[in-house]
Formats: sequence, C-alpha cells, structure tokens
Amino acid sequence: MFDVAIIGGGMVGSAIGFGCAERGARVAILDEGDVALRAARGNFGLVWSQSKGDGMPAYAAWTRQSVGLWPVLAERASVLAGRDVQYRAVGGLTFCLDEGEFAARSLFVQRMHNQGQEGLRMLDRRELAELMPGCPLGPEVLGASFQPADGHVDPLTLLRGLQAGMRAAGGTHLPGAAVQAVEPVAGGYRITRADGSEVCATRIVVAAGVKTTPIAALIGLDVPVRPVRGQNIVTERLAPILPLPASAIRQTGDGTVQIGVTSEDDGSFETATTTAALARMAARALRVLPVLGQARMVRGWAALRPMTPDGFPAYAESPTHPGCFVATCHSGVTLAAVHAGPLAEAILTGALPDHARDLHPDRFLGMTHVSSH
Amino acid sequence: MFRRTEPTDCTIVWEGRDLPAREGESLAVALLAAGITSFRETPVTGAARGPLCLMGACFDCLVEVAGVQNMQACLVPVTPGLVAGIQHGARSFEEDAA
Repeated sequence: MFDVAIIGGGMVGSAIGFGCAERGARVAILDEGDVALRAARGNFGLVWSQSKGDGMPAYAAWTRQSVGLWPVLAERASVLAGRDVQYRAVGGLTFCLDEGEFAARSLFVQRMHNQGQEGLRMLDRRELAELMPGCPLGPEVLGASFQPADGHVDPLTLLRGLQAGMRAAGGTHLPGAAVQAVEPVAGGYRITRADGSEVCATRIVVAAGVKTTPIAALIGLDVPVRPVRGQNIVTERLAPILPLPASAIRQTGDGTVQIGVTSEDDGSFETATTTAALARMAARALRVLPVLGQARMVRGWAALRPMTPDGFPAYAESPTHPGCFVATCHSGVTLAAVHAGPLAEAILTGALPDHARDLHPDRFLGMTHVSSH
Repeated sequence: MFRRTEPTDCTIVWEGRDLPAREGESLAVALLAAGITSFRETPVTGAARGPLCLMGACFDCLVEVAGVQNMQACLVPVTPGLVAGIQHGARSFEEDAA
C-alpha cells in the first residue's frame, strides 16, 4: 500500500510526486509510458507570470507564489538532475510589432496591474535597446511588455530532476500501462491498469494531462479538459543574440532559438506539425529578429496541452472518493514550484491551499465558453 | 584509424591544407580517412569534438564549409576543391555576414 499514487508522469505528476516523496510519503507514479501525449515534451520553458490570471485573481496569485518559489526549486532540481536546469530569472518580454499590438498590450498591462500584478510594465523601443544592448531587433519591434520576475528554464532537464528527486526520496516510477479502474478497498483504493497490474494507495492524485477527463471520472470528479495543440520550432545552436526570453521566442542556454507556439483548439489528438503553422511562427520570429533568416531550423514538433473551459487550472478533492485529488493545468513548468511545495503538502494533509481551492472545477458547470490562454 | 576501400579521385582543402578525397562521399568520411578527428571546438569549454553518429543526428561534426558555419560534415557531399575548416565555438551571424 503506497501513501500516494499519482496517475500521470508528466510535469504536473512528477512535481507533485517529488513534493510528496520528499515529505516522507511512499509515492508511486503511474505513467502511461512513451505513448502518453505529454504536454511536458512540448513545453516552451517559460517561467511566466505576466500573462496569467486575467479575470481569475486566484490563478494570478498562485502563479506569482510559484514564481517566488522557483529559485529554490531550480537549485534543487539542478542537483537532482545532475546538471543545470538553466533557470534564468532575467525578466520576460512580450514583443509588440505594430501600434495596434502595443496599444492592446498596454491596456492588458494596466488591467493586470489593477489585479495585483506588480513590476509588469511597457517598454518602448529605446528602453528595449537599453535593456538588451546589441540585440539585433527588427525595425518593426515597437516595444514590449516586461516583467522582471519572469524567466525561463530547460523543461526537459526540469522533468528529469523532478523524477530523479522522486526516486531519490524512495518513490517508485511505474511506466508502461494506462489506468483502467479505481475501486475503494480497506484503507484506500485499488488501481487496475491495462497490463492487469494493481497498485494500492491511501491517496490518489490524477495528473493525467489531456486524459484528465476520463481518469478523473474514475474518482467521481467531472473535469472537462480538451487537447490544444502547440507547435514548436528549434533552430541550430547560435552565439547569444536574445538575452531575455519572450512570449513565443527564446534562446535556450544551449544556444538554440525556440520559436512557438501555436494554440490549435480543434479537439483533435493529432500531434503532427503543419507547414502553414510553422511558416506563420517563423515569419513572426523573423519580424522580431530578422537575422534568424540566416539560421537553419533543426526541428519542428507538436504537443498537446490540456485546456479547461476557461483556460485556468483546476484542483479538487473528490467528494465521493475522499483522499482522491485532481490537478490539471497548461503551465506545468511555471506551476512546478507550487505543485512540489504547497500542493504536495496539502495532498498529504488533506486540505487544498486557498488559491487552489478557488480553482475548483465546479465552476465549469454549464460553462460553454471556450477560452484560450 | 580508417582505411579506404576505394581510391581517391579529387582534392579538398581543410584548414588551408590539401587532402585527398573521393567525390560524392561525405566530408566527414573524407576527413576521417585523412586522419582528421577534431572537427570543431565546443562553445562551452573549447574542447575538440568529432563525428559520433555519421547520420545527421548528433551535431558533433559541425564544420565551416565555404565560409558557412555549423555545417554537418556528415551531410555535406565532397566536391572537388571544396574548402572547409574547423568550427570555432557557436555560430555567429556577424562572422557570417562578413
């Protein structure tokens, strides 16, 4: 009998599993395996608060709490992964390429400021140039929003660090089979998997990403989640040209330039890239940094991210299955620090943190509005 | 380290030096056959690197070909007179433009 069984071995499940294991719980992560449609493999690697939580103050506050906890997580994850997760809280930008974009972003920044986002401000072209001397910005870049607390990280090394930390604290990783059933047994629950194996645990956390809806139903929770496709481009490694990460374009610590990311909300579980989308992304990146026209694209790929009806995360404990929780979001990297910290703590003690409680999936009842974040 | 099974039929220029090669073979193979194993210097430590996979995946055989940096030597076919050299550090656009 494990103390906690986590269903899902992606960024969310691994962070919660790591947090529970380091608090002394006996943890098993039930991972579908390499066939899983992981959002973690398509994550852009931003640790990002500036665009999060417009109209949902609990999410904005939860995000800011996570960003505040990130430096400590980064240091620990680097040690556990055996190499630097390349967390750099150098500030983050959202570029504006014409007057309309600049005006719209300015209004957004004002709205976020009114909801408690501190430090976020607009920079004009001159201020951008002062912030990034020598950066070969294209002539169309009029300015950007700038949040000094934002930053970026290598998401794959982070995932490796979280899973290594979970194992180092005595946790067990059980890949290779999907979960089919959950039944109450004395002192907890029995989980049956597609390969016929059974895992028993006192508590269960569903962190199943785009498969959250059917798995959450097994513990009596209605959590509507649909897949939203994000396509990515990565270039060859280049000498430093973009010192700050930005929405949809960043230069990684290894020197590659990552260009993202579409938000394709067509309900399909397909993960193929499309030339049209990649071309659109590349065209915008070239307006930001025209010099990238000389760079070679090494790879393009797509991943599916879980999306709720209002685009915000959902956390809940099941009313019918006490000790069973669900956690889903599309910002598994930014929120990794609160997932490994306060959320893991709460799952072990049985009371969700205030911000997470305000993000209960009951709010989706009757909701047909679809929003993309 | 390697022995050719077929004769060379042309010459390429590596770091200013003429090397025998065979038209159509990969630049990486031509260099290895000539005893060259250091193709590039890493951006991080400056350590020497050479080809690992010879099939376009590892990016360890990066060289400069005709003034263009970051070329995968295993994917560049040899042509008579081809000019190539060591890739020093990361690709930079300033040097490309010059």
